[in-house]
Amino acid sequence: MTWSEMQPLLTQGTYDTLYMVLWSTLVTVLGGLPVGILLVLTDKGGLLQNRPLNKALGVVVNIGRSLPFIILLIALIPVTTAVVGTFIGPTAMIVPLAIGAIPFFARLVETAVREVDHGLVEAVESMGGGVPTIVGKVLLPQALPSLVAAVTTTLITLVGYSAMAGAVGGEGLGSKAVTYGFQRFETGFMLATVAILIALVTVIQLIGDGAVRLLARRGRTA
Amino acid sequence: MITTSGLTKVYQSRGREVTALDGVDLHVREGEVFGVIGQSGAGKSSLIRCVNLLERPTSGTVTVDGVDLTALAGRGRRAGKELREARSRIGMVFQHFNLLSSRTVQANVELPLEILGTPARERSRKALELLDLVGLADKAKAYPGQLSGGQKQRVGIARALAGDPKVLLSDEATSALDPETTRSILQLLRDLNQRLGLTVLLITHEMDVVKTVCDSAALMKRGRIVESGTVAELLATPGSELAEELFPLTGAAGGPDRTVVDVTFHGDAATRPVISQLSRTYNIDISILGAAMDTVGGRQVGRMRIELPGRYEDNVVPVGFLREQGLQVEPVDAAGPDLDTEIAELVKEGAK
Repeated sequence: MTWSEMQPLLTQGTYDTLYMVLWSTLVTVLGGLPVGILLVLTDKGGLLQNRPLNKALGVVVNIGRSLPFIILLIALIPVTTAVVGTFIGPTAMIVPLAIGAIPFFARLVETAVREVDHGLVEAVESMGGGVPTIVGKVLLPQALPSLVAAVTTTLITLVGYSAMAGAVGGEGLGSKAVTYGFQRFETGFMLATVAILIALVTVIQLIGDGAVRLLARRGRTA
Repeated sequence: MITTSGLTKVYQSRGREVTALDGVDLHVREGEVFGVIGQSGAGKSSLIRCVNLLERPTSGTVTVDGVDLTALAGRGRRAGKELREARSRIGMVFQHFNLLSSRTVQANVELPLEILGTPARERSRKALELLDLVGLADKAKAYPGQLSGGQKQRVGIARALAGDPKVLLSDEATSALDPETTRSILQLLRDLNQRLGLTVLLITHEMDVVKTVCDSAALMKRGRIVESGTVAELLATPGSELAEELFPLTGAAGGPDRTVVDVTFHGDAATRPVISQLSRTYNIDISILGAAMDTVGGRQVGRMRIELPGRYEDNVVPVGFLREQGLQVEPVDAAGPDLDTEIAELVKEGAK
């Protein structure tokens, strides 16, 4: 396989991987953020203490986290078909990717929000602030650096998941690596996909770390 | 301005009940600085947090500015709209400042105004005005992380004043600060109390705080108010623990034929040369064993332990003279009052 043969495949694969990862991350953040916040608020001593709801959420999240992703991918085929109309292709893959990552991200959000100093919550309560104010003006802004770090970790996890999705009808670098690199014994092609994945993960981590540093620096120095 | 009656708070901890507040009746008059002092675990923190219902009292009522807050509380952990509105009119400052590190100083001060729904321009104007009032006009754009402890507390105070409260609650506001900064923060509180007519309820474990700013004080022990009153009243109360703590005196009689008395000065008497008058009038030698004079709540007050020649029975006339001058005079037992109470405590402990 020559470079000119590889190049269009790699370009298409990278594009599909980014497409799946970015969209599923967006859905994951939108879905996981409220779940993570609810896990904190409904916990014992929380602002919206609700033990049954907290327990139920915890169980659902734990089930989601303990299923191996490849099993989840197959188990969700009916759901994916119902939502997207097909279970093949990059768009269809967004569904299992997001559902697989939401519990993971929710736990990261929970940890980040829990770390916010309770004194700040109390201060806003003493000003007459209600729960929406506390979430919107205290918990989220104060946890922002940790939340950005959580998004970075989730993005990288989803790059890994998306490669796996290639085995079950998804597109992207994973699928290309299996089809060309593995089944056709094109070691060169395989190495190229691995190199691109490494580069992708490195760039995401660098950008994420940079953003966290920028946010965390607020207020430390002039 | 603030009245609590029969305030009780019982915590459940691992199946055991801990009584933090045991029927506290407190009355803070409008425009005064009221200090509640006690050791950690005495219940003072629970008390102040019950005043704006950050902590729900188990029983009893809290009234602030004529509004019964306990009636607004409702059930459950979540504060209803009415209670939240009432809270917005009570400012609170904290030991650890509790400023949002993600916001600038100005944005921190604007936060209560955002909650009140004040328009942006008005918020900004008010925040800058308050920062000017606490002496931090030049730090508006700084982040809390760039400020010193004293500056952070000034921001905390500015923020507490944003909602134009009539009442300010101070939860150990100076306990994390060094003595000099403590003094300047207390000075600021006193200033605000006088300029804005702000009623201040503060809790502290530092006697100096009470001495520096309080008009009235209460001593808390094991969830109860043991002593309470204006500082002058407390000083005038024989055997008052607070008076003893505020102006500790030591020194024992030099011999069996000597009389030791504690003299408490306040008001006018503090400025008159009574001791030299006493000495001249009765031609007796007076030794001063110990003395503590200070300005409490803007008034000169103090205590002095003096020794007179002869037994107590022989000194009825000089003691009478001092009392006539409007001074409080208490004889000190040979063993000393401290030792007596200590023995009494030991006997009590032994009896248990």
